[in-house]
Amino acid sequence: MSFDDVPLWAAILVSALVLMGAVLTLIGAIGLTRMPSFYQRIHMPTLGTSFGAIGVLAASAILSTIGEERLIAHEFLIFIFVSVTTPVTLMLLARAALHRDRVEGSIEVPAVVVRPVDQ
Amino acid sequence: MSATILFWSIAVAQVLLAAAMVVTLYRLVIGPRAQDRVLSLDAMYVIAMLLLVTFGMRVGSVIYFEVALLIGLLGFVGTVALAKFLMRGEVIE
Repeated sequence: MSFDDVPLWAAILVSALVLMGAVLTLIGAIGLTRMPSFYQRIHMPTLGTSFGAIGVLAASAILSTIGEERLIAHEFLIFIFVSVTTPVTLMLLARAALHRDRVEGSIEVPAVVVRPVDQ
Repeated sequence: MSATILFWSIAVAQVLLAAAMVVTLYRLVIGPRAQDRVLSLDAMYVIAMLLLVTFGMRVGSVIYFEVALLIGLLGFVGTVALAKFLMRGEVIE
């Protein structure tokens, strides 16, 4: 497959999608560097795993579908896998960080919440 | 015309993803605590996966897709193991 066979509208669509994905991933990475505390930083990589991955993987799927002239959607597999596993990993990481901060007695997180006994 | 558009947009996207990787590497180096380093490693494997997908778009080969899938799988397992280590102090109890 060469890029010359791709029609112009598909080239523009693929370019817009891949650039959108790359820019959003870069914004997420910059936020990961600039946010002041860990619990704010943990939100930022999700920009890359949600919209960044949507952009790049959809561009790749469209380009290979047009190149092969049949439906190729195996990039969908990566997207499903990433979007299922990212919340799991980030939740485990946040719980581990909370546990470490509580053990240390950090003032940034509240101590263990004691629920009132039912009346 | 469309070849030029595609070539340059994929090249620019690769440069942006590489810049994102460098920025994440900065957080990996300075990260004040262990959980910051694990978080930036987790972000870095996602960026590496997207970078491999763009390489596959440029070459038109399926092999890069398979490598990207493998990176996604192993990165998930690695991050879960590191988070568990941070929580408990051991991976397998």
